[in-house]
Amino acid sequence: MTIEVLGAFVLWLFLFGYIYLGSVEFGAGFYNAYGKMTGKEKLLENVIQRYLSPVWEVTNVFLVFFFVGIVGFFPETAYFYGTTLLIPVSIALIFLSIRGAYYAFAVYGLSNPGFTYVYGLTGLVLPASLSIVLAISAGGFIEMGESGPMLSSRSLLLSPFAWSVVALSLVSVLYISAVFLTWYAAYAKDVKAEFLLRKYALIFALPAIAGAGVFLVLMQGHNREIFSRLLEYWWIFGLSLLFFLGTVYFIWKKTRYGLAVIFSALQYFSAFMGYGIAHYPYLLYPHLTLFDGFTNRAMAVALITAFILGLLLLIPSIYLLLRLFLFDKQYVAGKRINHA
Amino acid sequence: MGNEQSLLFSRVLTELTLSFHIIFATIGVGVPLLIMIAQWAGIKKQDEHYILLARRWTRGYAVTVAVGVVTGTIIGLQLSLLWPTFMRAAGNVIALPLFMETFAFFLEAIFLGIYLYTWDRFENQRKHLLLLVPVAIGAGFSAVFITIVNAFMNTPRGFAVLNGELVNIKPLEAMFNPAVPTKAAHVLLTAFMTASFILASIAAFHLLRGSNHAYHKKALLLTMKLGAVFAIASAVLGDFSGKFLAEYQPEKLAAAEWHLETTSEAPLVMFGVLDDDGKVRGALTIPFALSILAFGSPNAEVAGLDQFPVEEHPPLYIHYLFDSMVIIGVFLMCLSLIYLIGMRFKWKAVSSKWFTGLIVLGGPLAIVAIEAGWWFTEVGRQPWILRGVMKTAESATVSPNVDVMLYLFTVLYVFLAIGCVGVLLRMFKKNPIEKELSDRALLRKGEMA
Ligand code: HDD
Ligand code: HEM
Ligand code: HEM
Repeated sequence: MTIEVLGAFVLWLFLFGYIYLGSVEFGAGFYNAYGKMTGKEKLLENVIQRYLSPVWEVTNVFLVFFFVGIVGFFPETAYFYGTTLLIPVSIALIFLSIRGAYYAFAVYGLSNPGFTYVYGLTGLVLPASLSIVLAISAGGFIEMGESGPMLSSRSLLLSPFAWSVVALSLVSVLYISAVFLTWYAAYAKDVKAEFLLRKYALIFALPAIAGAGVFLVLMQGHNREIFSRLLEYWWIFGLSLLFFLGTVYFIWKKTRYGLAVIFSALQYFSAFMGYGIAHYPYLLYPHLTLFDGFTNRAMAVALITAFILGLLLLIPSIYLLLRLFLFDKQYVAGKRINHA
Repeated sequence: MGNEQSLLFSRVLTELTLSFHIIFATIGVGVPLLIMIAQWAGIKKQDEHYILLARRWTRGYAVTVAVGVVTGTIIGLQLSLLWPTFMRAAGNVIALPLFMETFAFFLEAIFLGIYLYTWDRFENQRKHLLLLVPVAIGAGFSAVFITIVNAFMNTPRGFAVLNGELVNIKPLEAMFNPAVPTKAAHVLLTAFMTASFILASIAAFHLLRGSNHAYHKKALLLTMKLGAVFAIASAVLGDFSGKFLAEYQPEKLAAAEWHLETTSEAPLVMFGVLDDDGKVRGALTIPFALSILAFGSPNAEVAGLDQFPVEEHPPLYIHYLFDSMVIIGVFLMCLSLIYLIGMRFKWKAVSSKWFTGLIVLGGPLAIVAIEAGWWFTEVGRQPWILRGVMKTAESATVSPNVDVMLYLFTVLYVFLAIGCVGVLLRMFKKNPIEKELSDRALLRKGEMA
């Protein structure tokens, strides 16, 4: 593996971390708001407060890690994406801020029902606006103008391909989080919530897989080069499909929810990695590749060294966090109230 | 919108976001240390008041951290969105501390989550206190790492420019550039100082409102002690920062001091106005003081603005920013020292209404000093974004619509500010200390019965 690929792999890994953890969070917010609207309010609030409040800042750091890391490993991306993405990323930032504020404000009693709805809505708008960036990276929306790269918003908004990415991200968010929360509710012995979330997981399973199919078909028309590489690595996506079937089976049979969560994570992990490999070597098709966008060697070595040292610090800490909040039965079931 | 306009709005948006973030960042760096000290005092003295102090500060802290995290995420991305050319260069040379900062954030976020949700969960309270140590270390290091990036902008090192390309890059040399020691130390100490005075303000406010509770008195004494220590240390480090400027960024010092012509035995100019002929009027001048501040000797020669090309002069209004920072620093140092001496010798005056009122002002003043200090360093670096290498004007984005983003973010910050203050007020009004103390006493009785 060259050092460029290693750098890209690390960043892709952390981006996946954000997407997976973020999906759980976004979906939970949406289901909570939906529950409130349909009068099932209290059902999910508990889950959100017990699980999401202690960890949302950690989830956010995965995102920060990704965008700081990409400027470090591939400084050229700061120029290309920085110049072109002002509007979509600023909008995403505003929604991200509203979510952060919700945890801080609503958990401490500024509970305004309107705020819950806004929070729930951001759970859909945010993945949509972030996934746009992935659509843009597949090429076709950025032109080189006289003063630098320019985003053509018109062709983006009119592109069925871009919309298929948005749709896929939305159904995936709802599916991933329903699977995860089913397990969490069962673990917390919250039967009502489990029943409801299991239903959501099954409802969104089909759209999630169909969305991936539509994406693939539209990719063929949008970017043949990436499409043919996607086909070349068909077995990775085949593996992903098997994981999907496994998850649905367990959820359907109401057994082994823990394994179902692991399978759904693996399903998206393999698909995400497969897509990353198909995208190789482009960071921004066709303007920027991994190799011409890469930083100098001295910086790359320094960053990798810092990364390894950082992991030594992080892994035990994350383990402690999970042990205390995710795997502590008493805490999960709400038998402990230890908030400051 | 032309590029000129993009530049202007990019500047304003950067200034706005950073000025807003820095309030929460400073609190985020300073308060964990104070919580740690209070909780430690509580465990040592077996005094419930100190433990509750730590606990209530923690609750408030959880709210300000959230705003710090979101505004920090915003500024982190905005740097690439608004200054893409600068970030491309910075990515090549100074990415290392920026990257290491994310690990500091991780550490802080993970342990803060744990600390917040594990009160009373451990038999041994010391274990719980131990969880706060990584929070304080993470916050401190994130401040140090970001300050290293800013230090690099003031004294860029560790690379060479060849035909417009950055070559021969040495990340460690860039990271340990000459501005780092004084800057990082001054930033950390002023954060501790600001946190102390903000928390002192709150205690003083309750006393002013007529509370006579021992809890508030203990809080005030503790925070004023810490405030005095950190204020003295900040002033000493501020003096070192001045000496740093004299050696490495003399044009910034000259502009801040309105030191127009190079002289030895230079006086320090305070206040005043510049008239149309560039003469200083109505200022208070302290003989020799500038030579002492700059080089530690009354006879030293201090470079004046005449040594630098006019187009590289920083804006002269930074003089007022520097003055505000120093005056606030000296004022808070004296205020806390007088309070401590007064408490020692049981002077009535330090418990009087007007003196307590001054202490209430202390917290907001410290924040004003933080803002003034940052505006002073940043505006004093202009016209450069990387001193001597890249101009601010050359590095802004060319994309239109920056103005719309400015309006959107302004609305967002107003909302965050109102929400943050509103939640904090509600939280403590709903659960005043008297109520919390009696609730806990009842709880204990219940457990014993
Ligand atoms: C509570 C806040 C506070 C207080 C009371 C002071 N400062 Fe300060 N000062 C800062 C907060 C600050 C800061 C916000 O932390 C700055 C801005 C950028 C930086 O590196 O630190 C700063 C920068 C800064 C600089 C510029 C460093 C540079 O541009 O590289 C100098 C020369 C001083 N300070 C000197 C002083 C002196 C002589 C003080 C006397 C009491 C003083 N400061 C009090
Ligand atoms: C958090 C404390 C900081 C504050 C309050 C602050 C404030 C400011 C201000 C007021 C300016 C405007 C100067 C002018 O345009 O005349 C400025 C410039 C700038 N600062 Fe800082 N700054 C801070 C730290 C940093 C750090 C750590 C970085 C780098 C990572 C940075 C990046 C910039 C950039 C890119 C500019 C040029 C854009 C501009 O002129 O507005 N700042 N900053
Ligand atoms: C010297 C001035 C600054 C200090 C002392 C400072 C400190 C902090 C602190 C303590 C936090 C953490 C909030 C928390 O998680 O508890 C934070 C958040 C953040 N800051 Fe700043 N900051 C400064 C300026 C900047 C600048 C100029 C940038 C842009 C590069 C920046 C980027 C960030 C980011 C991305 C976060 C969010 C991290 C997260 O999600 O946990 N900060 N900052």
